[in-house]
Amino acid sequence: MLRGSLGSHLSMKGKSREGRFKTIKEDGDWMPMNPRKRNRIIIIAAAGVVLAGAAGLSLYALNDQIVFFKSPSDIASEGLAPGTRVRIGGLVKEGSWTQDGTSHVFAVTDTAQELVVAYTGILPDLFREGQGVVLDGALTPEGRFVADTVLAKHDENYMPAEVAEALKAQGHWIDDQGNYGKADAAEPAKP
Amino acid sequence: MTVEIGHFALVLALIVALVQTVAPLIGARRNDAALMAAGNPLAMTQFFLVAVSFGALCAAYMASDFSVRNVWENSHTLKPMLYKFTGVWGNHEGSMLLWVLILAIFGASVPAFGRHLPSRLKANVIAVQGSISVAFLTFIIFTSNPFLRLNPAPFEGRDLNPILQDVGLAIHPPLLYLGYVGFSITFAFAVAALIEGRVDSAWARWVRPWALAAWLFLTLGISMGSYWAYYELGWGGWWFWDPVENASLMPWLSGTALLHSAIVVEKRNALKVWTILLAIITFSLSLLGTFLVRSGVLTSVHTFATDPARGMFILMILMVFIGGSLTLFAARANAVTGGGLFAPVSREGALVFNNLFLSAACATVFVGTLYPLFHEALTGAKISVGPPFFNLTVLPLCLPLLLAIPFGPFLTWKRADLAGVAQRLMWVAGLALVAAIASAAMFDFRAALSAVAIGLGVWLMAGAIAELLYRARFEWSAPADGLRRLFNLPRAQWGAMLGHLGVGVMVLGIAGHGWRTEVIEEISIGETVKVAAYELRLERVEQEQGPNYVQDVAVFSAARNGVQVEELRPAKRIYPARQMPTTEAGIETRLFSQLYVSVGEVRDGGRTIVARLYHKPFITLIWIGTLIMALGGAVSLADRRLRIGVPKAARARGSVEGAAA
Repeated sequence: MLRGSLGSHLSMKGKSREGRFKTIKEDGDWMPMNPRKRNRIIIIAAAGVVLAGAAGLSLYALNDQIVFFKSPSDIASEGLAPGTRVRIGGLVKEGSWTQDGTSHVFAVTDTAQELVVAYTGILPDLFREGQGVVLDGALTPEGRFVADTVLAKHDENYMPAEVAEALKAQGHWIDDQGNYGKADAAEPAKP
Repeated sequence: MTVEIGHFALVLALIVALVQTVAPLIGARRNDAALMAAGNPLAMTQFFLVAVSFGALCAAYMASDFSVRNVWENSHTLKPMLYKFTGVWGNHEGSMLLWVLILAIFGASVPAFGRHLPSRLKANVIAVQGSISVAFLTFIIFTSNPFLRLNPAPFEGRDLNPILQDVGLAIHPPLLYLGYVGFSITFAFAVAALIEGRVDSAWARWVRPWALAAWLFLTLGISMGSYWAYYELGWGGWWFWDPVENASLMPWLSGTALLHSAIVVEKRNALKVWTILLAIITFSLSLLGTFLVRSGVLTSVHTFATDPARGMFILMILMVFIGGSLTLFAARANAVTGGGLFAPVSREGALVFNNLFLSAACATVFVGTLYPLFHEALTGAKISVGPPFFNLTVLPLCLPLLLAIPFGPFLTWKRADLAGVAQRLMWVAGLALVAAIASAAMFDFRAALSAVAIGLGVWLMAGAIAELLYRARFEWSAPADGLRRLFNLPRAQWGAMLGHLGVGVMVLGIAGHGWRTEVIEEISIGETVKVAAYELRLERVEQEQGPNYVQDVAVFSAARNGVQVEELRPAKRIYPARQMPTTEAGIETRLFSQLYVSVGEVRDGGRTIVARLYHKPFITLIWIGTLIMALGGAVSLADRRLRIGVPKAARARGSVEGAAA
């Protein structure tokens, strides 16, 4: 009932507009003469070109720019080609952190294997031994892992999901202090 | 007691929202005026109840009532009053309550401002708003209740995450939520239009101010969030292509597209189906953003405590609303047909161009942000997609869009003369070219991209101004007449001009990136570091006691060519309640450029520090640009024509049609 009145209302409007539009000179006769259809084809074609371009760009970039997440155990078992960017998650090994000026060396462990990492710059505020970190970087040809980004936890309740999962996969999930527990424990520790 | 009142009000609000969802909808179906009208007081009541609930939580925070677990987890007696208040939404439960409060504000503003809306449309809109409230109130009450008690009550709270103890928290989340949630109204309008099967230019006139208001808040929210991250995280970065940032960028991109396509619906009665789809997509992306931020499924530098169980709940809400609205769209979209015709080169064509590129950019951000999830689900391997991906995809898509902006407003409706417009823009292009070459010569020829960006920024700014001058017909008349006409132009025109000008200013700010200077060094007291044209000398390190923290302040004196400028006082704070350090950057603004120092570490008992020292040319233009864009939105919103409820003539036609149906 609603549709009927609407339809007639619109088609009347549409007809008068199309009438006016017929005067436009057509530049290609292979196109449908109905301006409404022509328009739709042009828009769809343009949309197709733009979206195909965007998709192409995305595929190209995804092929090139994605970074795999690995644990120190993965690196130990699979190896890593120098220059391939990876993201590593694990705990900073207790007693492994040394620094000289702005260069730092520390070991990241998933408690099964460890990886020695070099980093130049300023470590995040919450970087501590025994705590979870995520790093982006690559192996140099000399076989040294150099990180260019180090992410630490943002607050004491948060641990990067990758680290938590890597630890769980290794069977080393610790929940002793209720520190990493928020994801697991429904009840936070009572005071 | 107040806490129980708050809790009770929240449950009542859920019940009211349920009625609000059902009653007006049935009323609209049965053409029952009383049931349709019931939506108005229901939406108002819901707003009142949620406000009471929010007020009760605020009171608990102000009074440091640690018998409420949420307060205990996130507050501390020593915290300054402002942060006690902002701490209300500095955590998951409270921020969801703020989300729902804003939803209820928007819900109540439909009956408050939409007195002239056709009653059927209004009833449907209020019902859809109610259903969103139902979903999120249920979510809060069953998974994230901020009113749970602790017994016995602890003496002291655990304090708010120190990173959040900043004015940024007072400004950024409320603005962002106003933006996110504001798009719920356009969503509700779109769904209501699909239910009714009717979209006309009057509909677009009602939708546009809401879209504009939401867009304005979202722009400000993203901009303030970016500035907050810039000075608080201490990395000197203002955009990381982080999932949480992308989550807010996606609705902004599609919301910007919506803003433009709604113009075509209003002026030319075309692109109706597309506009409805955009309205649905935009709010869906807002919901997706809430999901990404709240669930923590993606690793983000901005993620705080998260909980996967809650993520699942939001995911379900997401699927119900997106799935439901898209199904409705598929079923009903063909009821909405017809509309004005236009040639490819025309104002409409330009707005379609804008929509195409904005949507494509939005889609690539979507793919890049969610690809890690799909990849993991399909292959089991964890990956991350970082800034290189987005720079490689989004920037090339933005380039044609930015180049086209100055053309758009010059083109006439229906059919336009592109060559003529290009001729009018010749001097703008010349100016842009000169600016690009001059900036490269002045700063550094190697930063070619930055020079191109300067040219682009000037192209956009001058193009926006040129359009306004052309509208005022300065070329053909006495300057006084032109000036008079300039100020008599509709505010919407000024708004569009400011919006486009703001984009240009922002591009200029981004261009400065290529000429930045970054130094990371270990510095002892008395040593001097050269950063760009400035010499920074570490004078001393002071220890200070704040209300709930202690800090080491590194005092730098700065000189440019031997002339002293302001001191910089970056600090490293420790908050004892959480044993957590934060970094407070020292920033000195010189016109549009900034000197930025943040302390990484304090060593040797304060004799040596490790610091980041940056010089960032033009950086403040990034935020000034976004502020100008938002100002454009505000000016446009002040246009008489767009004032909600103004289109009386259209209303008359609408009600006649309604009666006929």
